[in-house]
Amino acid sequence: MEIISRVLQGHTQAYATLVQRYQNFVFTIVLRYIKGREDAEEVAQDVFVKAFRSLDNFKGASKFSTWLYTIATTTSITALRKTKLDTQSLDNETVFNKAETIEGSIKTNTIEQKSRVAMVNNAIRLLRADDAHVLTLFYKGEQTLEEIAQICGKEVNAVKVQLHRARIRLKEKMQTHFKADVADIF
Amino acid sequence: MNKADMEQRLWEYIDGFSMAEENAVVETLIRENQQWRQLYQDLLLVHQSLAGIDLEQPALRFTKNVMDEIAKNAIAPATRNYINPKIIWGITAFFILSILCFFIYGLGQINWVASSAPAHPLGIDLNKINYGKMFNSTVMNVFVMVFAVLGLMLLDEFIHNKQKKYHTPA
Repeated sequence: MEIISRVLQGHTQAYATLVQRYQNFVFTIVLRYIKGREDAEEVAQDVFVKAFRSLDNFKGASKFSTWLYTIATTTSITALRKTKLDTQSLDNETVFNKAETIEGSIKTNTIEQKSRVAMVNNAIRLLRADDAHVLTLFYKGEQTLEEIAQICGKEVNAVKVQLHRARIRLKEKMQTHFKADVADIF
Repeated sequence: MNKADMEQRLWEYIDGFSMAEENAVVETLIRENQQWRQLYQDLLLVHQSLAGIDLEQPALRFTKNVMDEIAKNAIAPATRNYINPKIIWGITAFFILSILCFFIYGLGQINWVASSAPAHPLGIDLNKINYGKMFNSTVMNVFVMVFAVLGLMLLDEFIHNKQKKYHTPA
């Protein structure tokens, strides 16, 4: 709140501290929806600009991160709708070939890294955007279920169910796409 | 109990969402049942792996790009600072006045002269009111149009506030 007050008092440069602190979180959230890094960076940049412009409306009723991630989520979804980027589920046959290509490149990468964390990261990229989003918020965004519900505009129970299902799907992806690695690592 | 139910109970336990009594039951199951123990260890590994995932990093110039962009923008003043309450009161007054005008105009159409017919319980013979004159006039059409627009604006405001309540923290 201290940094925010300083920014509101006209010390615009203080906002850089907030950007540095949250840029990885915001960029990761955006990447769950927008697959290209360059496009995602543009959207993430837009998130911080929007947050800056609306900073006067933030009164601290929720955590700043919750407020910022809400902006990141809505901006990503809007950007996705505008550009009509491909976010279809990998279960969809029309994107099956593309998924195979992604899997191939990830697999090569996984063999090089050979680590459980890298494999989980890669498996998350194969999930549906909303599943990956909830997992990211829960495990890396330091958000409670109530806060995630607020960010996603859903009921708490719905988020709980989605979190549970997302982990089941993640496990399935790991077993399907990284079978050999799962056997090695787990 | 099927595997899905077992997984759900174990995830609740791992996440710390279950109550103390349920925790004790699950702990006993993990301790005494090989199938539960094995599944618990599998899920715990997934949980730990998820907790250890890396965040993606944008380009090194990211902060600078944001600050450059921000230099072109100004902080928008809070909504309450630029919405004049007098405007809200003005709209309310217009609304009330419109309703009053409509009411008075309606009353003006009624023939108040008593007829030889038996008195109506309300003192107004509803059969003698010229509804056609009331509802065909241009004034009436204008009123209906204004109310329709105001009604739509009110509905839009209501939906907007409802969405804002769920999506944007105050």
